[in-house]
Amino acid sequence: MVGTKCEKCGRQFFPPRTFCPDCRRAGKIVEHKFSGSGTIVTFTVIHTAAEQYSMLTPYVLAIVKLDEGPQITTQVVCSPEKAKIGMKVKSVFRRIVTDGESGIIHYGTKFVPAE
Amino acid sequence: MVGIITYGAYIPRYRIKVEEITRVWGANAADVTGGLGVFEKSVPDLDEDAATIAVEAARNALKRRNIDPDQIGAVYVGSESHPYAVKPTACTVGEAIGATPHMTAADFEFACKAGTAAIQTCMGLVKSKMIPYGLAIGADVSQGAPGDALEYTAAAGGAAYIIGNDDPIATIHHTCSFTSDTPDFWRREGQDYPRHGGRFTGDPGYFKHVKGASLLLLEQTKKTPKDFTYAVFHQPNAKFPQKVAKDLGFTAEQIKPGLVVPKLGNTYSGASPVGLAATLDIAKPGDTIFVCSFGSGAGSDAFDIEATDAITSGDFHRDAAPSVQQLLKDPIYLDYAQYAKHKGKIVMQS
Amino acid sequence: MRDVAVIGIGCTKFGEKWESSFRDIFVEAGTLALEDAQLSGEKIDAMYVGNMSAGRFIGQEHIGALIADYAGMATRHIASTRVEAACASGGLAFRQAVIAVASGMEDIVVAAGVEKMTDVGSDESTDTLTGAADREWEGFMGATFPGLYAMIANDYMHKYSLTREQLAQVAVKNHYNGARNPIAQFQSEITLDTVMKSTMVAEPLRLFDCSPVTDGAAAVIVAPLDRAREFTDTPIRVLASAQASDTIALHDRRDISTLDATVAAGHRAFKMAHLSHKDINMVEVHDCFSIAEICAIEDLGFCKKGEAGKFTADGETALGGKIPVNTSGGLKACGHPVGATGIKQVYEIVQQLRGEAGKRQIEGAKVGMTHNVGGTGATVAVHILGRA
Repeated sequence: MVGTKCEKCGRQFFPPRTFCPDCRRAGKIVEHKFSGSGTIVTFTVIHTAAEQYSMLTPYVLAIVKLDEGPQITTQVVCSPEKAKIGMKVKSVFRRIVTDGESGIIHYGTKFVPAE
Repeated sequence: MVGIITYGAYIPRYRIKVEEITRVWGANAADVTGGLGVFEKSVPDLDEDAATIAVEAARNALKRRNIDPDQIGAVYVGSESHPYAVKPTACTVGEAIGATPHMTAADFEFACKAGTAAIQTCMGLVKSKMIPYGLAIGADVSQGAPGDALEYTAAAGGAAYIIGNDDPIATIHHTCSFTSDTPDFWRREGQDYPRHGGRFTGDPGYFKHVKGASLLLLEQTKKTPKDFTYAVFHQPNAKFPQKVAKDLGFTAEQIKPGLVVPKLGNTYSGASPVGLAATLDIAKPGDTIFVCSFGSGAGSDAFDIEATDAITSGDFHRDAAPSVQQLLKDPIYLDYAQYAKHKGKIVMQS
Repeated sequence: MRDVAVIGIGCTKFGEKWESSFRDIFVEAGTLALEDAQLSGEKIDAMYVGNMSAGRFIGQEHIGALIADYAGMATRHIASTRVEAACASGGLAFRQAVIAVASGMEDIVVAAGVEKMTDVGSDESTDTLTGAADREWEGFMGATFPGLYAMIANDYMHKYSLTREQLAQVAVKNHYNGARNPIAQFQSEITLDTVMKSTMVAEPLRLFDCSPVTDGAAAVIVAPLDRAREFTDTPIRVLASAQASDTIALHDRRDISTLDATVAAGHRAFKMAHLSHKDINMVEVHDCFSIAEICAIEDLGFCKKGEAGKFTADGETALGGKIPVNTSGGLKACGHPVGATGIKQVYEIVQQLRGEAGKRQIEGAKVGMTHNVGGTGATVAVHILGRA
């Protein structure tokens, strides 16, 4: 997970931002690699999904707070009963969605429980 | 000395039991498991494919040793189930591990031995000092046609090898291959499932080529089976590697750690790489490992490998990534309908 | 800055209007507003129309021009502008109209909202609505709109006390009110059981916690207060107009179950009107999902954080309660034609203040408030209206 960091204030951004919202023009943005470790802050179990995600239902959608600070929206791959607020998770590389049968495959990051 | 700098494996969490597949097709479970020596096989999650498996295996390799991904000069991924027919899995892997843009890449296909062919190619680039490190991966989410014998064993998994010259954890002393044009098992462009020649896949396929490459290696290295601590053979089922080991003069104990097919199934391009990984998981310095893969079409790649001191000391941390046995633990079992959904065997509205 | 008044209002029935097109419903709402104001179309100086996504629902952009044309105003070349802020499009259109009149730039201005959502299938409409959230970092990851609000609900329930039944009571109350509102999509009352047994959409939100897909249009006409009596005997004064923004993605908010933009806009509105909570007789809040009403009541300051569940269950937000919330039936029972909702909220408050709210009438209504939200809280518009 490669995001950015503002060297001036130390704030880390994932998704990456090219403009520090606190320092604005005074900030200095550089690339920053995240550990992939985080904690579930809140979540839900999606039963009705958009068409391209409907094969996965029911799936856990969560807001995960990365150890470094930023929060992201992501799927947690685990059985729905297992998901809990406060659960520690780690990143994995998965298919997110495809543009149909003949279109591009979009890969990205999801999370699994960190045993 | 060219060798393995680090390695990693990845196996998805889901499984289906052979007896569940026989239940659907009306076959006799005991006959099938008895005949194949395989009891269950791995199944990819709905959002996994050969590329995600390859990335996880590569990342596991990088977790074990501090290699600068920028120094990886080549990425080759061997698979029979590349997500795209045109657009290399190797590019996705290279990007995901931070090896791009200064690297060469390509995808390999040679049925179940595409991964070991990639290892040989990396050896050449590294030995000739064209690149410092090369990444070779064998990964698959293999398909077997519904109701066909291959369906009992076609599994998902893979392993990644970083090849280099400096301080390998295992030296690759020698490699050689035995190749011919043999139609034992094939898949035409655009077809969903492979076809095979039934019993023709045995002697004219697997055994001819594995023996061919194995005997050639023993001859070229002037070694005998007794000189090796362990041996890993391609494992489409448990019976073939057990038989070829015996025929060549290897013992059951030698092939034991690398024989993962009974609980994993045949991960096609991942088969020999994962078998080797399982062996490296327990190897001690000085242990020697004989490896012979097989890919239909047909060919075998044989390797003479020796674990070095680096495997248990220095900057290689074997425990930093899961071992093959750890990856086989805590499976989640599926029934046939869920398995079919996972494998894309259900025709959806397009 | 001049004082502004609402001099005319109009609203179509909300629902699945299979027989009506986008153009039909806009014209219907506009015509009703003109009749209500006894105004000739020639007197209109400008139009602001709220519409979230005609581009995806009917493949049509350039809505300002389309609407001026079909309203018969294109040949007079009036200024016609489309305003978009997802579900807050209507609220923002109203604010723009108020600003135009208050500044002295324009005199008679139409603020309208329109959305025709049923010309596409539900997969397409669901995906279109996801555009109100962060497409790249929420939608792409598999978030749905109900999913995002469900996460707000779970965060809320983790921090405060709110039972599933209290949450369901929001929908029950709104359907009760909607059954007394001729323009509402749903005209029948429901029970707690209906809500609790409906299909699970995103845990814990069920079908009846969610506002539906709806077609509809509404229009109001604003004018300088000192001219209002030329057109109506019951001018309604705009006492405050406030707008606030926040991060687009829920995961970037300061507190997941507090809509800071609601808090900010609410404060600004009360300050502008020189009023406090006790002065408000009823409020139309943005109940796109039942949990949204719970948060809105608290974030606007009508009760303390964590107490809206009990407040609702105790009947304090019902027609006879301390502060009636969503006397119209809210988004839940009226339906939610996205761009039209913000204007419909003004329509309801004006009817209440004029004493024209029929079976939903709050006795002695003098001051009302509207609260319109875009996305999961990235845009909020709050207005306060009072009898002139």
